Amino acid sequence: MNFLRVLGKGFLKVLYDSGGIFLFFLKSFSYSFFPPFRINFLIKHMEFIGVKSLLVVILTSLFSGMVTAYQVNIALSKVGSQAILGGVVALTLTRELGPVLTAVVVVARAGSAISAEIGSMRITEQIDALKIMAVNPIQYLITPRLWAAIFVLPLLTAISDVVGIAGGYVIGVFLLHIDPGLLTARMIDMVELKDIMSGIIKSIFFGAYLVSVCGYKGFYAFGGAEGVGKATTEAVVISTVGILISDYILTTLIF
Amino acid sequence: MIIIKDLKKSFNNLEVLKGVNLVIPEGKVTFIMGQSGSGKSVLLKHIVGLLKPDSGEIWFENKDITKLSEKELQEIRRKIGFLFQEGALFDSMTVKENIIFPLKEHFKMSKAEREKIAEELLSVVGLLPAKDKYPSELSGGMKKRVALARTLALKPQVVLFDEPTTGLDPILQVSILELIKGLKEKYNLTCVIVSHDLNLAFKFADHIAFLHGGIIIEVGSSEEIKASKNEFIQEFIRSALL
Repeated sequence: MNFLRVLGKGFLKVLYDSGGIFLFFLKSFSYSFFPPFRINFLIKHMEFIGVKSLLVVILTSLFSGMVTAYQVNIALSKVGSQAILGGVVALTLTRELGPVLTAVVVVARAGSAISAEIGSMRITEQIDALKIMAVNPIQYLITPRLWAAIFVLPLLTAISDVVGIAGGYVIGVFLLHIDPGLLTARMIDMVELKDIMSGIIKSIFFGAYLVSVCGYKGFYAFGGAEGVGKATTEAVVISTVGILISDYILTTLIF
Repeated sequence: MIIIKDLKKSFNNLEVLKGVNLVIPEGKVTFIMGQSGSGKSVLLKHIVGLLKPDSGEIWFENKDITKLSEKELQEIRRKIGFLFQEGALFDSMTVKENIIFPLKEHFKMSKAEREKIAEELLSVVGLLPAKDKYPSELSGGMKKRVALARTLALKPQVVLFDEPTTGLDPILQVSILELIKGLKEKYNLTCVIVSHDLNLAFKFADHIAFLHGGIIIEVGSSEEIKASKNEFIQEFIRSALL
C-alpha cells in the first residue's frame, strides 16, 4: 500500500507540474503581445543564453562528432560500408545529436542560472516587489527569456551541426583515411533539407520548453536557500529528461 | 480610507485570519499590533492583493480589492505602496537604479528627469551618498530607507509597512519612524504599520489596532489602548513596559 501511495503521489506531482508548466508557458507567451515590449532585455538574454553558451556548445559538438565518427566507423567497417561514414555522422548530428546536445548544454549552463536567479528573487520578495510596483513579474522576467531561447537555440543548433560534422570529417579523413571527396559526396547525397530543418524545429521547441520549466521552478520556489537549490535541481532534471522524451516524440511526429 | 470586512484566511487548515474587521482612516498613521505569528503581515499582504482571502472584503476607492483581477490590481498598486520587512531591493541594481526602476516603468520622462527625482528621493531619506552602492553593501536600516524612497517614487496615497523597525537598534527604530511620520506629513500619506513594538506605537500612532486570535480585538488611540480592559492587551502592555 505504501508503495502505491508513493507512486500515486509521484504521479500526481508530475501531473501538477506538467499542467503548471504548460499554463506558465501560455502566460509568458501571451504577454509577448502586450506592451511594454522589452527589446533590450531580449537582446541581453540572447547574449546570456546564446553567446555565452557558444564555447561549451562548440566543444561538446566537436567531440560528439568525433566520437560518433569513430564509433560508427567500427560498425560500418564490419559490413564494408565505410564510404557512407560522412552521411551517417551528418544525419545523426542534424537530426538528433545537434539539437539535443545543444539543448542539454543550455539547460546546464543557462537554465540552471535562470532557475536559481528567479528562485532567489522569489525568496527575497523581489518578485512580490515587482507586483507591488505594478509590474507583471512573468512578463518582466520570463517573456524576454522565452523569446531569447526561441531565437537562439536554432542558431546554436546550426553551429553545433556544422562543428560536429567538421569533427566527424577530421576523424574520417585524418584518422580513418577515408577519401575526403567520397566522404563529402556521401554526406551531400544522404542529408536532405528536411533532416536539417527537423533539428531546427526541435531546437525551437526545446528553447521554449527549457525556459518554461526553469522559469516555472524558480518562480514558485519556496523554503529559503535550500528551496532555491531544490528548485534548480528539479528544473535541470525535468528539463533534461523532458528534452530526451520530447525528442523521441517529435522524431516520430516529424518522420 | 480602507475598509476590511470579515476577512478570513487559512493556510493548510491553519486559520490565521478568522474574520478581521477594520477601518483604516485616511491621512493617519495606523499601527497593527499583535504577537509574532498572529497574522499581521498576512493581513497587510491582503490589502495590496498579494494574497487572496478565503472570504471577506477589502474596500479601497469603492473597489473590493479581493475581487480584482491581476490587471486591475496593477492600478490599485500604483496607489498603495508596500515596504517589505527586508526591503526587497533588486540586488542586481544599484540604490539609484532601484529607485529609477518604477519611474522608468510607469512615467514617460527623460533619463535626466528620472535621475533628478531619484536623487531627490534619496536626499529625503538621507542616502544620497550611497546612490551607487549595491543593496548587499548596505546595512538593514539603509535598505529600509532605500525601499521607502523606491515606494515613494510611484507617489502612493497609502503606504503599508511590514515591520519597518525589526532588527534595528533603538536609535535607528526611532529615526525610521520619524522619517515615516515626516514623509506622511510631506506627502499626505495614509500609513499602515505592522509592528509588535508597543512603545513605538504609543509614540507614533494615530490609531492602534490589536490583532489577536485571528480577529481585531481592540482599535483606538494610544490613550484608549492604554485604558483598554482587554486582558490580553493589558498583558501585552505590561510585558512591553518591563
